Amino acid sequence: MEVTTEKRSQDVEKSAYPRISSDLTPVNFGPSHPTMHGALRVMLGLDGETIVEAIPEIGYLHRCFEKMSEHRTYHQVIPFSDRLNYASPGMNNVGYAMAVEKLLGIEIPKRAQYIRVLLCELSRISDHCLCLGPQLVDLGALTVYWYLFQVREKMYDLIEPLCGARMMTSYTRIGGVAEDIPDGWIDRAREMIKTSKPLLEDVQGLLNKNRIFIDRTRWIGAISPEDAISYGFTGPCLRAAGVPYDVRKAYPYYDYDRFEFDIPLGDNGDTFDRYMVRMKEMYQSIRIVEQVLENLPDGPIMIDDPKLTLPPKENVYNEIEGLIHHFKIIIDGIRPPAGEVYSYTEAANGELGFYIVSDGSGQPYRIKVRPPCYAVYQAYGELIKGHLIADAVAILSSMNIVAGELDR
Amino acid sequence: MVLEYIIMIVKALVAPIAVVCCVPIEVWLERRGSGFIQDRPGPNRIPIFGRRNAGLIQPVADVVKLFLKEDIIPANVNRTLFLLAPFLVVFVAFTTFAVIPYGDVLEIGGMTIPLQVADVNFGLLYIFALASFSVYGVLLAGWSSNNKYSLMGGLRCSAQMISYEIAMGLSVIGILMVFETLRLNEIARAQGNLLFGFLPAWGVVLQPLGFILFLVAAFAETNRTPFDLPEADSEIVAGYHLEYSSIKFAMFFMAEYMAMVVASGVIVTLFFGGWQIPWLPTATLVAAVGPIVTALLQIAAFAAKLFFFLWFFVWVRWTVPRFRYDQLMGLGWKVMLPLALLNIFVTGIILLLIG
Repeated sequence: MEVTTEKRSQDVEKSAYPRISSDLTPVNFGPSHPTMHGALRVMLGLDGETIVEAIPEIGYLHRCFEKMSEHRTYHQVIPFSDRLNYASPGMNNVGYAMAVEKLLGIEIPKRAQYIRVLLCELSRISDHCLCLGPQLVDLGALTVYWYLFQVREKMYDLIEPLCGARMMTSYTRIGGVAEDIPDGWIDRAREMIKTSKPLLEDVQGLLNKNRIFIDRTRWIGAISPEDAISYGFTGPCLRAAGVPYDVRKAYPYYDYDRFEFDIPLGDNGDTFDRYMVRMKEMYQSIRIVEQVLENLPDGPIMIDDPKLTLPPKENVYNEIEGLIHHFKIIIDGIRPPAGEVYSYTEAANGELGFYIVSDGSGQPYRIKVRPPCYAVYQAYGELIKGHLIADAVAILSSMNIVAGELDR
Repeated sequence: MVLEYIIMIVKALVAPIAVVCCVPIEVWLERRGSGFIQDRPGPNRIPIFGRRNAGLIQPVADVVKLFLKEDIIPANVNRTLFLLAPFLVVFVAFTTFAVIPYGDVLEIGGMTIPLQVADVNFGLLYIFALASFSVYGVLLAGWSSNNKYSLMGGLRCSAQMISYEIAMGLSVIGILMVFETLRLNEIARAQGNLLFGFLPAWGVVLQPLGFILFLVAAFAETNRTPFDLPEADSEIVAGYHLEYSSIKFAMFFMAEYMAMVVASGVIVTLFFGGWQIPWLPTATLVAAVGPIVTALLQIAAFAAKLFFFLWFFVWVRWTVPRFRYDQLMGLGWKVMLPLALLNIFVTGIILLLIG
């Protein structure tokens, strides 16, 4: 018994895995811990309650998204993309579909673009609610969680009639969206958006000037703009550090350059700024949604290309062309030309990139996802050093690390 | 003589039972209160014979559930201390209420019955002594569990309780200076006087700063949000009672709620006139409605005030976030302690000037 233990410890000594210094208290923070959102693990070296060393480890939620995609048609990857950032699946659908469309070199109809923008912004609001709510629970403020979840529920009430599902939307298709907006949806959306604002005001009223909240978040996990850029931060975490980078403004897609909205910025890149940026972004998303609802164009929701879109059912049953197209798309899938493409959108967490290599067949040769929180999480171990355990929790949840997206 | 003993035994039984009975009500109040604050129903139905009962049976169902759970004692715990700790905590919670008066002295049939279990002349000291004792239960629970999170919870708790006990002890010195007694019943009785002819001379009027300090310290002593660091579930999972399951966990749970009842009782007694009904002294009431009804009315007044503070504990818990460990210590030592000393100083000067 002793021999094996000794041998095992020797093996561990020899391994390249970083270890906590022996004069510190090692604490396994996660993967089974109430605040390790999803399944993250950080090995902490504690001196009292101060974190001296921190070794984050990822991979507990690895689901082989990229490898599985290589054995599916392009359409079959869309449901997988739901599961990346499960807090805002609609945006992953949009990001993926956009990448494939870029590979195909097609532009989708205006109405489909606007519906995608709607889906994105509603998902952004729901994602920010899901980030801020649990963040504040981690800080011990449970009530605001319920207020934020009411907002999130309203967003789901809108997404559900649109996509047929609350969470796993799978709404986009290559070349458009699956269904048109149902009757009466627009009025309902206006109503929901209007009733969301007072809830957000309530949350801000409870927190923005709350001394305990400010003390818990100001200068906690602060990161300089230079560091944030060199770590590859994007999204709210980068904007909280004061860098005005937003893909929607910098490289506009889907008429984002026509909508009026601001990019909220923070000053210090700390937890409080990340909270404020997310909070303000929800208002900007509401602005965008209002403009989209105002200017929603008429027209088709799918491009008219038999090689890409499934033919209507009566054609499948009555015409040989329709039957053949249906058969080819179902069995072989769509066939983009050989080549590679990198397409990026502004997801709720930051820049969500899809790198797709096609060999001309019906299945992607390689899909590589650039999840925003992968870059953000790199900095986590450094940011929590010197802070207390309570701060580590606050910082983690303010970064909005979604394990489904991180580990893929 | 026998009758006196019987009365004594009845009182000794009634008070702890009343405190224990407050626990399910408080649990219900907390759940429904949090639901009310958070815009959701909360547990509003436990159907028995087709009646919803407004969810009042929920705490009972909780207790039954906890009783039926498997009682796990982890392998590497210090068994003696692990088993002792919950009993210590509950013992303290039970016994502290003994000195809190819930009514004036009842004079009936030639007998004088003080409506409190033990009318001792060191009442306030007794409360503080027992409150410090409860640190042992928590510390032992944290240490004996052989778990780092538990240990951290135990350490946080003991540091917090000892720090805030100092502020708490100093904040009531003003009350002692004003009322010149440690006997809680006399403190309550003295608050029946009127100030300037119309204002009840409650402790909160005479000692506003002392009241605020005591209230904050009471939150810290009972480990309630914003001072619930010892069991901060998002940081150290569940703190000192992490390894406890089944009824042993329930004992910690009950002790927390009983501590809240006791803390509310002390706040009411020291600062809100205890059993006093404002502008209606005992003599007037007895002359009007007789001694028994008077006693019942006073108990009701005490209970009403008690439940207001129980609700206040719930209200605060669901409104504010949690402190951080070092901020908590900073508040205790750097803000509350100097303020408590200042309170004593100012009280002393005013008393000297009034003569």
